[in-house]
Amino acid sequence: MPLPRWFHLLGSPPFVYRLTSRLGPWLGGAGCLLLAVGGYWALAVAPPDYQQGEVYRIIYIHPQTAYVAMMAYVVMAVAAGIGFVWRIKLAHAAAVSAAPIGASFTFCALVTGSIWGRPTWGTFWAWGDPRIMFETLLLFLFLGYLVLRAAFDDRDKADRVSAILAVVGVVNVPIIHYSVIWWNTLHQGPTLLAEGGPAMTNDMLVPFLIMFAGFTLFFYWLLLTRLQGEIVERERDTRWIQELVAGSRA
Amino acid sequence: MNAFSTIVLRDLRVAFRRFSELANPLLFFVIVVSLFPLALSPTADVLRTVGTGVLWVSALLSSLLTLDALFRGDAEDGSLEQLLLSPVPLGLAVLAKIAAHWLVTVLPLMCLVPLLAATFDVPARALPTLAFALLLATPTLSVLVGLGAALTVSLKRGGSIAGLLILPLAGPLLIFGTRATDLSVNGEATAAPLYLLAALAAFALSLGPAAIAAALRVGLE
Amino acid sequence: MLRARGLAIWRGERCLFEGLDFELGPGQLALVVGPNGAGKTTLLRVLAGLAQPTSGRVTWGDSPVDALAGERRAEIAYRGHLDGLKKDLTVTENLAFHSALFLGRTAVEPLLAEIELARAADTRARYLSAGQRRRAALAALKLAPAKLWLLDEPMTNLDSAGRALVVAWTRAHLQAGGSAVVATHQPDEFVAHGAIVIEL
Repeated sequence: MPLPRWFHLLGSPPFVYRLTSRLGPWLGGAGCLLLAVGGYWALAVAPPDYQQGEVYRIIYIHPQTAYVAMMAYVVMAVAAGIGFVWRIKLAHAAAVSAAPIGASFTFCALVTGSIWGRPTWGTFWAWGDPRIMFETLLLFLFLGYLVLRAAFDDRDKADRVSAILAVVGVVNVPIIHYSVIWWNTLHQGPTLLAEGGPAMTNDMLVPFLIMFAGFTLFFYWLLLTRLQGEIVERERDTRWIQELVAGSRA
Repeated sequence: MNAFSTIVLRDLRVAFRRFSELANPLLFFVIVVSLFPLALSPTADVLRTVGTGVLWVSALLSSLLTLDALFRGDAEDGSLEQLLLSPVPLGLAVLAKIAAHWLVTVLPLMCLVPLLAATFDVPARALPTLAFALLLATPTLSVLVGLGAALTVSLKRGGSIAGLLILPLAGPLLIFGTRATDLSVNGEATAAPLYLLAALAAFALSLGPAAIAAALRVGLE
Repeated sequence: MLRARGLAIWRGERCLFEGLDFELGPGQLALVVGPNGAGKTTLLRVLAGLAQPTSGRVTWGDSPVDALAGERRAEIAYRGHLDGLKKDLTVTENLAFHSALFLGRTAVEPLLAEIELARAADTRARYLSAGQRRRAALAALKLAPAKLWLLDEPMTNLDSAGRALVVAWTRAHLQAGGSAVVATHQPDEFVAHGAIVIEL
């Protein structure tokens, strides 16, 4: 299948390495800034909820980490799929970079969720809640991807076999999203994408969105950093990497 | 005779030549189910509550036992390679092998479930729903088992990892299957979870073989 | 017509070979020679479409060899190190299955006599000797008429009668217009004029 030119560039490790080196700090800086601003706003400025009091403030972390986790999975699945179909090693490198970050965000989502659940639902873990179950499945899919990779000696085979798992599992992401609509769950319905506009007042909505943007940029910064490391590791025997390492030592 | 039935019959023939091995998953199933009352307090109330769940989980674990046999044997003696090289579309061949596996492994398990359900005091009126839910859920289960087997076909000790990959994916099956059974125990309408199981089966049977075929091709490279 | 263009195969960080070009038409034989580990098996698997080369392409007719389907797929027969026999099925059952799968038209019984397995026809494959299994595996070649034979060290485990049989069959196949690529440690036994020799 013929590919556009920029696609070829994106398949070149040195090009991507330079791109990530330049983009990374901006994303990281912006992300951390947004998180700092949003965090202060969320904790100090935003008013307490009339129903839940102060504990509701987890709304500034929990949904964001959960959605970033889902986004991370989509990134991983798309990258793995591209790598599988067009045999682009860099795409597999991106997928394997996304996996541990996605797993961590999923874990954070589950932990912040259970911290929130204790005072509001009375339980740390609601086993029957579909959204919790499918989010847990997401964690297992991330871990499964990494475990499957680790079992293969040949990296190319590891890339391609685990790519199939990643792509098959992507069906879980819309299920997590729609689970609150399809089932009566303990989770509230969609807040941002509800019909008739967001179901939140502006003084809560603004920090909510700031934290959203912050976590997203933070994720991409982490992704690019890991990707850099992955590129160096995969290309360690090539001349451009050895020159790079020699240059950075000088 | 078309390719599908040729492959199914061959696999059935091979399975029956190793007759003693056919009993393993069945024995495992009975043993695992029996362990639960030993570990839990075997009062009638407790058993009735956990009965359906115990049966579903044990059936799931038992079908994992034969996971390796699905493709590894063929990979090791070279017949999988020949299947890839044959005029038969690999997806169809995969479906045939899964069908044979279902007939030989899963169907006997399903037949045992009603018997064991009685020991957990599951009321008789729930048994048809239980059987029907199993009928709808097991094809999806077989496809998942096939996927796990295919992803790990080239690994020497692939069976243990394959279980890790499949069990989480089988979660939804458990949710809907036990829900259907519990609803019918309580005498309520069971249409919703059964429809969902059917939808999952349709989804798995149509897309699963393609994913499994892709995994087999990569595994044999 | 088998065409290989710019084939390169790397194993990990090591380049086994690169820049391999050749064409094989009807009646032509290619012999692949080289020490163990040189990549003979990998090359044959690439030609069969079972493995992907690091770069380059292989085409059969006008299609890439890994995109063949249906009857065109059956035009290429590959016999590797593995026999492809189910150990729990008899020789007859194994060959009948292969014939059904590959749309074969030759009868199984007379073939068994030719490879001297007539008496072992109803023996399960697990009780055969390595040489007998190899004969049965090779017999499958005659069951489904394929135009291209890819044989990876077909002489392994065969006695002199068996090796003569392989050579005779290959020669007959070539004379009937088929082509063959054979990886072998004994190229001289094939004594073929004008055979392409690929040395890895």
